[in-house]
Amino acid sequence: MGTLISFIAGIIFAVGLSISGMVNPMKVQGFLDLLGLHGKWDISLMFVMGGAVGINFFTFKFLTKRKPFCSPEHFLPEKKEIDRNLLIGSAMFGVGWGIMGICPGPALVNLVTGHSNAILFVVSMLVGMVIFKFTEKIWN
Amino acid sequence: MEMFLYPLVGGILIGLSSSTMLGGIGRITGISGIIGNLFQKPNSELAWRYAFLFGLLAGGLLLVRLKPELFQYSLEAPLYKVILAGLLVGYGTRLGSGCTSGHGVCGMARLAKRSFVATGVFMFVAIITVAIRGVL
Repeated sequence: MGTLISFIAGIIFAVGLSISGMVNPMKVQGFLDLLGLHGKWDISLMFVMGGAVGINFFTFKFLTKRKPFCSPEHFLPEKKEIDRNLLIGSAMFGVGWGIMGICPGPALVNLVTGHSNAILFVVSMLVGMVIFKFTEKIWN
Repeated sequence: MEMFLYPLVGGILIGLSSSTMLGGIGRITGISGIIGNLFQKPNSELAWRYAFLFGLLAGGLLLVRLKPELFQYSLEAPLYKVILAGLLVGYGTRLGSGCTSGHGVCGMARLAKRSFVATGVFMFVAIITVAIRGVL
């Protein structure tokens, strides 16, 4: 049952990413071009974050108070402190996101275009994650 | 109007999807975490991750059939940029414990301090990166 819920949630997530324009690297870069150096700033993607966080702000409050439908417990991140890894990792992600305008969710959805760069990006991303696995210790 | 309606509707769907995950199986919908944790011994923790990712691809396949105009954009870029960006996104999201979905969409909605900081940092750095494009 939990597997079915995850599958359906995945479909809805992909539809959301596609309709919103988050899968379009041109649009994402137009949104990140806050200073309007490469054309007019495209504010529209702000509404994606606004819509998603807006919904979750209310539902999460309610949902974390009751037991999940198909699980005995919640699995929520417990770490609270702002550490070096959070800052450096997020900065690295920011550079990568800025270069191509693609973050992990849209990277996977873009595979359906069959474009060679979509595949190359996902493979590179997986390699980056594997390299992290092997170098994880140096960050502790 | 349509320019804002599509992103808003898309955002609401992303919110509903991550709410479904939290209410259904008690999980945070962080795509980088879901992918990064695939590389482990088979156990019950894997089924929901694969199910979600297959759903993500199924949803994409569905839309590319039904609304191909949503995918009418260029993915052309020099190979070194594609590879470099992919590596940085993969490594960075694992080191920073999340991406746009985990920190941005879910973490901020939970009012998690770490997620506000992470989202602020990757947004700021991405904006600077786009601003200096062409200089590099």
